[in-house]
Amino acid sequence: MTLEAKTKQTVVVTQTMNHPKESKLKDFLSILMQNKAAMVGAIIILFYIIVALFAPLLAPYDPYEIKLENKLIPPSPDHWMGTDDKGRDILSRILFGSRLSMGIGFTAVIFGAFFGIIFGLVAGYYGKWIDSTIMRIMDILLAFPGILLALAIISALGPGLTNVTIAVGAYSIPLFARIVRGSTLEVKRLEYIDAIRSLGANDITIIFKHILPNILSPIIVQGTLRLATVILSAAGLSFLGLGAQPPSPEWGTMLSNGRDFLFSAPYIAIFPGLAISILVLGFNIFGDGLRDAFDPRMKK
Amino acid sequence: MNAENRPILEVKGLKTHFHTKRGVSRAVDGIDFTLRKGETLGIVGESGCGKSMTSLSILRLIPSPPGKIAGGQILFKGKDLVSLSEDEMRKIRGNEISMIFQEPMTSLNPVIPVGEQIAEALRLHQKMSKKEARDKAVEMLKLVGIPSPEKRAKQEPFQLSGGMRQRVMIAMALACTPEVLIADEPTTALDVTIQAQILELIKDLQTKLGMGVIMITHDLGVVAETCDTVAVMYAGNIVEHAPTNKIFSDPRHPYTQGLIASLPKIHEDQDELKTIEGSVPSPYNMPLGCRFASRCPFKQPICHERQPELAAQPDGVKVRCWMYTSQWTEFQQQEAVK
Repeated sequence: MTLEAKTKQTVVVTQTMNHPKESKLKDFLSILMQNKAAMVGAIIILFYIIVALFAPLLAPYDPYEIKLENKLIPPSPDHWMGTDDKGRDILSRILFGSRLSMGIGFTAVIFGAFFGIIFGLVAGYYGKWIDSTIMRIMDILLAFPGILLALAIISALGPGLTNVTIAVGAYSIPLFARIVRGSTLEVKRLEYIDAIRSLGANDITIIFKHILPNILSPIIVQGTLRLATVILSAAGLSFLGLGAQPPSPEWGTMLSNGRDFLFSAPYIAIFPGLAISILVLGFNIFGDGLRDAFDPRMKK
Repeated sequence: MNAENRPILEVKGLKTHFHTKRGVSRAVDGIDFTLRKGETLGIVGESGCGKSMTSLSILRLIPSPPGKIAGGQILFKGKDLVSLSEDEMRKIRGNEISMIFQEPMTSLNPVIPVGEQIAEALRLHQKMSKKEARDKAVEMLKLVGIPSPEKRAKQEPFQLSGGMRQRVMIAMALACTPEVLIADEPTTALDVTIQAQILELIKDLQTKLGMGVIMITHDLGVVAETCDTVAVMYAGNIVEHAPTNKIFSDPRHPYTQGLIASLPKIHEDQDELKTIEGSVPSPYNMPLGCRFASRCPFKQPICHERQPELAAQPDGVKVRCWMYTSQWTEFQQQEAVK
């Protein structure tokens, strides 16, 4: 036995003795908790989720109600974030808008992750021409700048919330496919995959029961970071008028609406902009924290 | 021939080749052996001689590409495994032929409780309910001597020591009571006291279940303790196949002789351990003649020209060497004349 193997074994043995059950999860959580930035990110995300869930209870006004007599009121005790050019309460619109943004974000990432994971697993596991074919297609998708690809998809499908979700989801597919393929290649040559194959398991069992659960951490990290990008892109597309259509309180749409009043009533654009930036920041720093917690060795 | 020692596994002229950019690597190049019920066959040889590839070939688990079974037959109870479909092969793996791997640290799925992993082997081959499989898994853990099996079954691999994990591997491999167990260096990664326990366990279960065992190892100590017959492999060939006691008391092939001579002797004062001069030929560029010729102290020109056959001696020992052929004296005389 080499010295290295011996040390490894000793380490494992001590771990076995000292650690109670669920210690892996505990370790993971304690590393994550120590990361202050990640905790801030988690709190931001949690805050947005609560807001999205309880928007109807929290919003002081109807987000769609047009009251022209109230138009362009600056932030005041009655309207904390002011009103827009049609007299709608901006705070209420932002609160309701969180549902749209989070909805688009999660749906698109789940959509992208689902196909990306399947393509990545199949490519990584079967290799050969299957791998080359799938990954070349993914490379082609990656060659387009994300937003251009989304624009192309929308111009084919037509503007609208659903199509934006599909578009931003679709351009996440190659990213998931890539990391899943890489991790699959790494895991499939491990001995326990040979061992389970030597017991007579078929490919489906090996792929979904033995490979997938072992590559979840990079998928989760990528998914979290991806949420930030997807939300930002969706808002961007709505800003361009390709996504959610007025009077929908989508943040990008609101931002676009506020463009005309940047000098006279900047708060119309500032608050939706802040809402987007803070949420994106939250997902980004939380994603980074997750990555460090899943693999402490990666930490600089 | 009575039922007790009928052959269950016959390997005939098996060739496993790897097609790589550097050329064709002939990892296993025409090997023959027979395994009988209840017998333990040792396959020994140094790293890279093809012993692990032989075992993976039997289960058809050669990574392909680049690997490929290029020829020969693997007859299991008369069926040729080489020609079976992948589906039929899956029904044999783990059910009729099982394998234990070298590294217990990495041979278990790290995220699944060990009991469930054993249960999976059962559910793959026997139509058992989840509950039945789980109960049988606990029973198997008990059989391989793991204390408090109910508790251990629920634990994940990282909570078990190396020796325990190897026991779990054995439980998985034996769950469906296979007829052939291939143990690929089952004790190499374990420390000495655990090694002895694991070997004893395998021996014990073999007697209970009446399996044939192929013990792959580079440790002659393991061979001496466990095997009935031994096949010595060198550079993809079997060079000698003999009963275990004959291998130690009367090694024939110069390579086997070298191996035995290199063992440290307990009652002799040795300053230096003996080695075999030279190194193994590259699998991409095998010599035309005997593969051991360049390192052999007895070599003659014929050894470089033609490869000898694995031929049976009058006492049943099989050896692949010109020295044991009838022409050998002729060759020597020819050389002397020159």
